[in-house]
Amino acid sequence: MMRLPPTLILGALITVFFAALAVLSLVWTPYDIASLSVSNRFQPWSGAHLLGTDQFGRDIASMLMEGTRTSIAVALVAIGIGVALGVPLGLAAAALRGSLLDEVIMRGNDMIFAFPSLVIAILITAIWGPSATNAILAIGIFNIPVFARVARGGALPIWTLDYILAARTAGKSRARISAEHVLPNIANLLIVQATIQFSLGILAEAALSYVGLGAQPPTASLGKMLSDAQTLTYSYPWLAILPGLSIVVLVLGLNLMGDGLRDALDPRLRRMRG
Amino acid sequence: MIAVDGLNLSIRGMPILCEVSMQIAQGEIFGLVGESGSGKSMTALALMGLLPRGAAVSGHASLDGTDLLALREAQLQRLRGNDISMIFQEPMTALNPVQTIGDQVAETLLIHRRAGRVEALRRARAQLDRVGLGHIALDRYPHELSGGQRQRVCIAAAIALHPRLLIADEPTTALDVTTQAQILDLLKDLVTEENMALLLITHDLAVVSDIAHRIAVMQRGAIVEQGETAQVLRDRAHPYTRALFAASAHQPDRAASKTADAILRVEDVHRHYPSPRKGLARGTPVRAVDGVSFMLRRGESLGLVGESGCGKSTLTRAILGLDPLSAGSITLNGHPVSPTMPRAVRADMQVVFQDPYGSFNPRWRVDRILTEPFHLLDTLPPRDTAIAEALHAVRLSPDDALKYPHEFSGGQRQRIAIARALITRPRLLVLDEAVSALDVSVRAQILDLLAELQGQLGLSYLFISHDLTVVRAITDRVLVMQAGRIVEDGATEAVFTNPRHAYTQALLTAAPRLPNSFGAFIQ
Repeated sequence: MMRLPPTLILGALITVFFAALAVLSLVWTPYDIASLSVSNRFQPWSGAHLLGTDQFGRDIASMLMEGTRTSIAVALVAIGIGVALGVPLGLAAAALRGSLLDEVIMRGNDMIFAFPSLVIAILITAIWGPSATNAILAIGIFNIPVFARVARGGALPIWTLDYILAARTAGKSRARISAEHVLPNIANLLIVQATIQFSLGILAEAALSYVGLGAQPPTASLGKMLSDAQTLTYSYPWLAILPGLSIVVLVLGLNLMGDGLRDALDPRLRRMRG
Repeated sequence: MIAVDGLNLSIRGMPILCEVSMQIAQGEIFGLVGESGSGKSMTALALMGLLPRGAAVSGHASLDGTDLLALREAQLQRLRGNDISMIFQEPMTALNPVQTIGDQVAETLLIHRRAGRVEALRRARAQLDRVGLGHIALDRYPHELSGGQRQRVCIAAAIALHPRLLIADEPTTALDVTTQAQILDLLKDLVTEENMALLLITHDLAVVSDIAHRIAVMQRGAIVEQGETAQVLRDRAHPYTRALFAASAHQPDRAASKTADAILRVEDVHRHYPSPRKGLARGTPVRAVDGVSFMLRRGESLGLVGESGCGKSTLTRAILGLDPLSAGSITLNGHPVSPTMPRAVRADMQVVFQDPYGSFNPRWRVDRILTEPFHLLDTLPPRDTAIAEALHAVRLSPDDALKYPHEFSGGQRQRIAIARALITRPRLLVLDEAVSALDVSVRAQILDLLAELQGQLGLSYLFISHDLTVVRAITDRVLVMQAGRIVEDGATEAVFTNPRHAYTQALLTAAPRLPNSFGAFIQ
């Protein structure tokens, strides 16, 4: 049994905790957050409302659960976009290193990198209007060059190894070699990058919702909760502290997990363990 | 004077060295010979106090009366680079790629506070001149130098403070034979000039036979035999020394059954690369392969010999149909070879590479590795039978099919590589430095296996190597390649006994050889 790094265990525990809350919110939350009741507003923490209510009388605990779900869902789908498009592009660039295609892919990546994701998001919402879907698109587009770079960088040294030459003398195409030999050997890099992009995605989603470009009411979102609480920070600080804290702890958990995974999957460490 | 007496070493309870004793006098070259894992490098690291964590040492090791094993880390740091220096096998990784060579040679002087920066650089210049790099500026970076030049830089840094002991761990293994001969000459001269002791660690008996005054043979952490070089090589008192000796000069039995028709024809092949960009324009293309023609007959073993950079790797890739040609043609069984050749044509030619560690996808099991070339076949043979037969052919057990590559030794991996190459029943096998990374005893076994398979299956071999001994042992005919051209070809024995081209003569002169009088080589 190999010993897991403690950061990995702690990070995974935090992540699982938030993920469990998010999944639970699909079937059950303490209160329905779509129903407003002004008479119930600004309730303190109590048995009835675990973390109190906001200025519209919505249950904060329920809002946090649903907000976490929105954040995780947006970040996950955005990673899906990044992996689904970025990894094949990166593998293709590495397989045809130095070719025109390689240049086109990598320079295209540079162009996307040159745009801040917020600008892309504003661009998209200006065209299609603000929504969670468009936030996903904006963050997802930004993930593509990240995964393309990691995949290409990881694949290049593998393409110089003899077993790749052996596969080519076995008549296999570059696409097939990429799938059979290269991808499994860069999977650990991609997994670590995915956890990092996950935490960045959550931050990005919160930022987009905060400026009103992300999820729209009645969908709850951690960023939206922050912006709603902005004017009430002095009188009701918990309204801002709770979603803020959720973002911080969730991102911290994901980063710890990413660091831990990198240690656990590092081939040099693995070799030491035999 | 270095005295090692009853040195024992274990790492986390695993015994590594057992009762190692030796003495090296000033001005003496002491050869420490052994195969991989014999503990020769660990002996050197123990003297330097550079052992890995978890190492437990006992016994005595002293340098001019200073007990090396009793020193604390701070004292050892003063000693390293000062009284004891070391050079390594791979001069590229031993140098820092982002520092100039002048800085790296001067560093030794600066660390030991023997000179200020200006003075250190001046002395670095003097040291580099001394190791024959007078024409190389101090502000060059390691990647701008050749392998031999880099090793000279390492030597310059190592002797900058006139150490009493220089440890050279396989200093010439990564170098070409002509370069190797030059570096060995340089080390020999420096030992005389500096009156220092040189501990020369190598796996190659022939390397030490020329220059060492005394040698010790190591096996499984113990010195099995040591003494005057000539005496050890003549008497070979220990069975292991005899085995090493026999393996270095091993000549496999080959039943030649070659026919007149060609399996592979290479006609006026050119392969040019664009030269590096200078500004917007490029210079004249590099002619890596420049008009090579030869043919390989069925059942024949053909050697292709040349030093690094001569174009043999480029030619190999072209023959394997991995890269397109700039001009000329290559045909296999009369079919043209190219990156787009049909799978059925390709199936008749397979390859075995040098590196037994990089040859397999570490995540694949042996059965999947072996059957990868089935991709070339239209009608698949029964999978399990084919795997069992291939493993049997290379003397591995059928159970090995379920293991992963890391569970095998280097020699076993090379057997797996051969099994993979044979599974489509090709008639041409390209052996690209296939035994160069192996210990001599393992190499002898693999050469026997190759000879046997050739007889059984009527294979043709294209044997590409920088190692002249190996080529001589296994080939019928040999091609000598230099700067993209074949400069000499002919029957192997004829070329080796009576080389006509100046380059071939230089190669043969430079190659270290166990002397005649000991009966190993019939020259």
